[in-house]
Amino acid sequence: MPPALRPHFSYAGLRHGARAALPAFPGFIMFALAFGTAAAQKGLSLGETLGLSAFVYAGASQMVGLEIWQQVWTPTTILTIVTVTAVVNARMILLSATLQPWLKHEPLPRTALNLFLLTEAGWLIGTRYHNEGGRDVGVLLGCALILWLVWLVATFAGFFAGALVPEPRRFGLDLVMPVFFGVMLVPLWKGLKPALPWLAAGLVSLAVHALLPGYLFIIAGALAGVIVGMLIE
Amino acid sequence: MNALGSFIATPWGSVLAIAGMTLVTFLCRIAGVAVMSRVRITPRIERGLRALPGSIILATILPTVIDNGWPAMVALAAAVTAMVVTRIDVIGLAAGLGTLAVIRAFG
Repeated sequence: MPPALRPHFSYAGLRHGARAALPAFPGFIMFALAFGTAAAQKGLSLGETLGLSAFVYAGASQMVGLEIWQQVWTPTTILTIVTVTAVVNARMILLSATLQPWLKHEPLPRTALNLFLLTEAGWLIGTRYHNEGGRDVGVLLGCALILWLVWLVATFAGFFAGALVPEPRRFGLDLVMPVFFGVMLVPLWKGLKPALPWLAAGLVSLAVHALLPGYLFIIAGALAGVIVGMLIE
Repeated sequence: MNALGSFIATPWGSVLAIAGMTLVTFLCRIAGVAVMSRVRITPRIERGLRALPGSIILATILPTVIDNGWPAMVALAAAVTAMVVTRIDVIGLAAGLGTLAVIRAFG
């Protein structure tokens, strides 16, 4: 591994990041197509659908949001959807925490933009680059920007042409996100002992998934992994 | 109905819902950086955070893969194997999805 550089930002990094984001495209396209299709079926307007994708920009919470979407809102239903969104997206607090040392000398507006565009896939690609010694924040932002664009375009396509998309199961595309995540696990492997927290995370997520509905298993497993990581010397 | 209630019942309610969802999601996104810039990162905290990427991955995919049965497990194994051998993420992804498509075509 080359000696760690100081954190910096470059426009060449933006391009590098956009290229590095490529393996996340299939997952983003499939998920956003599915979201756009579901939103149209549910009767959302194009503006509402694109608004969710552009501003909330967090797939799981957008899907859950559709389930409790209202034609006519009341203060209670708005409070409900906001609370559910916060619960589903609480795991992002953890992702963001790991980025702090890398971003601490960045100008605030750029960090705000970088974090506004934070996703698990982009974070994993950025983390891999960081683990390999890279410190160019442009890579993180370039990756995030292109993924956001892909997400918006695929949402738009799903909204109008969702019914035209061939059955995704036939090409294994319903599992494209898990397969991408599994691939990203490989460069993280540093031997058996550093992987013990992962085992704890997996077991806890399975248990929580079996006992509780929704997406809580992700944050429960992730927290278990962090705690075990803190306990192992 | 009061003024707020009748305002929310118009199409502006959707705007408000999206704005609220955007705000809490953005708060989650910045909270980690905001908190970590105020606490001293001890070696213990650093170890915990270093365990996070792999932990998030396993916590996310394990329940999904097991719910989808052995074809998903074989596909994941193929993807990981291809990635270990080539270290090229796109090839790992293609190997996993290709394996799954082949299993389903004959299944």
